[in-house]
Amino acid sequence: MSSEISASSRPAQVVFYNDPKFRSIAYQLILCAVVAFLVYGAARNAIDNLARAHIASGFGFWNDTAGFDISQTLIEYTARGSTYGRAFWVGLLNTLLVAGLGIIFATILGFVIGISRLSSNWLLAKVAGGYVETIRNLPLLLQLLFWYNAVLKALPDMRESIGIGGAFLNNRGLYLPEPIFKDGFGAVEIALLVGIVGAVAFYIWARKRQERTGQQAPVFWVAFALVIGLPLVSFVLAGFPLGFDFPKTGRFNITGGVEILPEFAALLFGLSIYTAAFIAEVVRAGILAVSRGQSEAAYSLGLRPGPTLRLIVFPQAMRVIIPPLTSQYLNLTKNSSLAVAIGYPDLVQVFTGTVLNQTGQAVEVVAITMLVYLAISLTTSLLMNIYNRRTALAER
Amino acid sequence: MKRFTIIVALAVAVVAQNASAQTLKAVKDRGMLNCGANGTLAGFGLPDAQGKWTGLDVDFCRAIAAAVLNDADKVKFVPLSAKDRFTALQSGEVDVLARNTTWTSSRDTSLGLNFTGVNYYDGQGFMVRKSLKVNSALELNGAAICVQQGTTTELNLADYFAASKMQLKTVTFATANEAVKAYDAGRCDAYTTDASALYAERLRVANPDDHVILPEIISKEPLSPAVRHGDDQWFDIVKWTLFAMINAEELAISSKNLDEALKSSNPEIKRFVGTEGNFGEQLGLTKDWAVRIVKLVGNYGESFERNVGQGSPLKIERGLNKLWSKGGIQYAPPIR
Repeated sequence: MSSEISASSRPAQVVFYNDPKFRSIAYQLILCAVVAFLVYGAARNAIDNLARAHIASGFGFWNDTAGFDISQTLIEYTARGSTYGRAFWVGLLNTLLVAGLGIIFATILGFVIGISRLSSNWLLAKVAGGYVETIRNLPLLLQLLFWYNAVLKALPDMRESIGIGGAFLNNRGLYLPEPIFKDGFGAVEIALLVGIVGAVAFYIWARKRQERTGQQAPVFWVAFALVIGLPLVSFVLAGFPLGFDFPKTGRFNITGGVEILPEFAALLFGLSIYTAAFIAEVVRAGILAVSRGQSEAAYSLGLRPGPTLRLIVFPQAMRVIIPPLTSQYLNLTKNSSLAVAIGYPDLVQVFTGTVLNQTGQAVEVVAITMLVYLAISLTTSLLMNIYNRRTALAER
Repeated sequence: MKRFTIIVALAVAVVAQNASAQTLKAVKDRGMLNCGANGTLAGFGLPDAQGKWTGLDVDFCRAIAAAVLNDADKVKFVPLSAKDRFTALQSGEVDVLARNTTWTSSRDTSLGLNFTGVNYYDGQGFMVRKSLKVNSALELNGAAICVQQGTTTELNLADYFAASKMQLKTVTFATANEAVKAYDAGRCDAYTTDASALYAERLRVANPDDHVILPEIISKEPLSPAVRHGDDQWFDIVKWTLFAMINAEELAISSKNLDEALKSSNPEIKRFVGTEGNFGEQLGLTKDWAVRIVKLVGNYGESFERNVGQGSPLKIERGLNKLWSKGGIQYAPPIR
């Protein structure tokens, strides 16, 4: 006690290491130095140990010939003519494809189920509740294996393919006619672009007018006519500039057309259905977070349930929904790496699987893969944060 | 009163240098050999219903344990997928990898491994459904083929189809189990792996008689156990364990006639059983190291017949794996 009093009576005499400012800077410097040393030590140690064990290191493998095949490639890829680097991009694109589509499907399904669970329709609410409780309480891997085997077992053999209007469905996948764009299709594309721009412009104009005069315009029908109708008319006028490459049955497999692999279908299905259950709960929580008074006030103003949900409840619920929704999107993307169990060639299967094994360069390959997932996740978070800022409560 | 400032000193964990020539000591101290094995391949590495492991590779690990620890059961088998096997060995999780692994130049040089000698000469083949009426692998143009990831088969497949100017649809799975299951479900026209494994996998599909193994062997697959680079003593022990098993068969020493061999006056047999010379001590073991291998596990021929040959459900012919003196290419350097 006595020393404290004496210190305060002589403020100019504080020793420099007792100065709080100096201390806080010193602590941070020490912490940074320790962290840097640990990272350096770990890296140094890894490099030394790899060299001592004669394990190849470095990124030289990137340009070596891959030599293995991949079942689904969105970009040009051949076993003999492509490099490990190319295989990496093939895997990454496959991951992004399944994650992107999965996010879209899971969001749609999740919102429908989340709203249904709050429906006043008893049966609908119970079905939605049953869905959520069943799906989110079963391990995802189990569900993926179930979907994959269900898809394979339920579908017929190649030779007994189900043919529907030029498309084929069998246990090797779904084969759709591939559209081939002929000359003159550019007019349709331009019409589509004009239609979209026109629809957006009309929407903005209609909203402004409603804010000013209270009059409503048939936005949906006008937009529909512009986006669908306009390209359709130009398509007819240009003389149907579209052909199809129909799949044909060969000795072993169906050739031509667009091929959707059962592995892809099972993974997309499994991920969407699983994540939708979580999104449904997020949506339900968001809606319940909006005070009942809000919808009661809307009803008393004469709004019907649809517009009440769309105009009053949702804009407020979104603030609660967006942050947990973001983590569900991140989960879905990361869960897509379970593809490895059902043979879908995603980044982990191709790169951390085959490439790692063929080159033996675990440290480099795993580091690259981690960086990629980190980049995907941070990008998703960034986009969602931007959207979140736009929906956040604007204080006037 | 002045406050005390507590400074937490962070201990920097510097992983001790993994000095060479320590595997033998580590195994002895542990009293247990950690062996990376297959775990799903009948004939090579598979635990039975009682949890007892059997197989050619499993016997090999038991032989090392017999030589080093004088107990063929002091082996902990770590089941590894093709994809994870090298990482497990590199990281020290297992002392030896005996998991039907093909010896290739890149694996030998860039993965930090040493292959210790071929314990099964194999080659890659194809299994198809009889109903496809395919008689040769060259008729598989355009076929979908299921394959296990991280194997030489995955690469040979692409090579073979490219060289034969045929189209191919590869469906890759992380484990042989999944690949066979998908093939059985009709996802693929053919399943490809080492021929020996094809015989084993055929026993696992729903109706083995509906499937046929095509005659083509499209690659050389010398299957060899491997150890980590940098421990020459351990490398020697593992290498000479295999040579001892092969030499025992060549000298006609088996687990059944070992007592006669111990009394033999044949100098070659005397060197083998350790009644002459100190070859076991040179290895860092005891004089009777080879005797223990034969007594507790058996010679190469016994192990082969019991696991993959006529004494097993696989009934694979010895073929290339006959001794050099009987028309095969199994050949071991002499003990002297």
